[in-house]
Amino acid sequence: MSVLAQVANGLADVAQDVVELAQEATDATGLTADEAKANAAASGAGMAYGLAAIGPGIGIGYLVGQAVQAMARQPESAGQVQTTMFLGIAFTEALALIGFVVFILLKFV
Amino acid sequence: MFAQVEFPPIENIVEWPEIFFKDTAVAFNKIGLINLIAVLVPVVIFLVAAAKYKSRRVPKGIQTIAESAIGFIENGIIMQTIGPDGLRYLPLLISLFFFILVGNLFEVIPGFHMPANARMANPMILAVMVLVIFIAVGIKHNGPLRYFKSALFPPGVPTALYVLVTPIELLSTFIVRPFSLAVRLFANMLAGHILLVTFSVLCITTFTLSLLVVIFPFAFGMLTALTAFEIMVAFLQAYIFTILTAVYIGGALHPDH
Repeated sequence: MSVLAQVANGLADVAQDVVELAQEATDATGLTADEAKANAAASGAGMAYGLAAIGPGIGIGYLVGQAVQAMARQPESAGQVQTTMFLGIAFTEALALIGFVVFILLKFV
Repeated sequence: MFAQVEFPPIENIVEWPEIFFKDTAVAFNKIGLINLIAVLVPVVIFLVAAAKYKSRRVPKGIQTIAESAIGFIENGIIMQTIGPDGLRYLPLLISLFFFILVGNLFEVIPGFHMPANARMANPMILAVMVLVIFIAVGIKHNGPLRYFKSALFPPGVPTALYVLVTPIELLSTFIVRPFSLAVRLFANMLAGHILLVTFSVLCITTFTLSLLVVIFPFAFGMLTALTAFEIMVAFLQAYIFTILTAVYIGGALHPDH
């Protein structure tokens, strides 16, 4: 048996050991690959919605605050301001809602 | 002593088996029934109101609902967004408003407890309908060339920037608009539905247990408050869908401003 073949055999043994170790590590956490994936998806879903809610939250707060200020300064234009405010809220809110849809997709689909 | 709060799988709270005309071509489920009711209720309201209107000019009962709805759509939506020449779209906007509103209100009606618009098919079809309508309005009133020119090449932009502006406009007008319209309605109603289910499950779990019963009043209070909140959301979403439709039609009608 040549030296090269011995080295190759040794490497194969090491590779076998690594695979077995990895197997043991997986067994130690008690999770199959699917479960680990589901866990990651669940925490990712929570993160997705939480992060998606920040921007629109600030945006809608600012928007409504400014609209109230406008209405207080010019009560006669309240109707117009209100319509525009609802439009603005609808557009701003869309981002948070897409975050919510991502949450549903990650968590349940 | 502490049982787990078990949230039902999502299929159980949004998917319904076919219950009417089972195993035939016209089989439909709870969502179909709600949609049918959502079509019939406004028709009945407006037919009754129209019959009463002939003999009695001072509104009363159902007539009040119909007349205040028309006044609301006319002054609150059309005059604010399109202008006087948008009044011909009043029937379309009123039908949209009532269909969405009644479908949404079934979220809190006992025995149903399911907003029809929490299934994507409903808002999607409505949004596609709105897309077709505003393109058709734009083409009819401005001609296809002028409409698409003003939609894709907005005036007052330096010529070189059209490389950037035109794809963005194409995407935002013809793809993002219907998509966001549908997703807004769908996600709002689904979120409300899941919220109500969550607190109902919490109420049931705490009510049947010994020690956790101290949480029950809070959960029940939240459930009651959220029910009221969801009624408000049902109105708000119907209003927003209608007003956005009006804005899109107005934009197609007067593309230059």
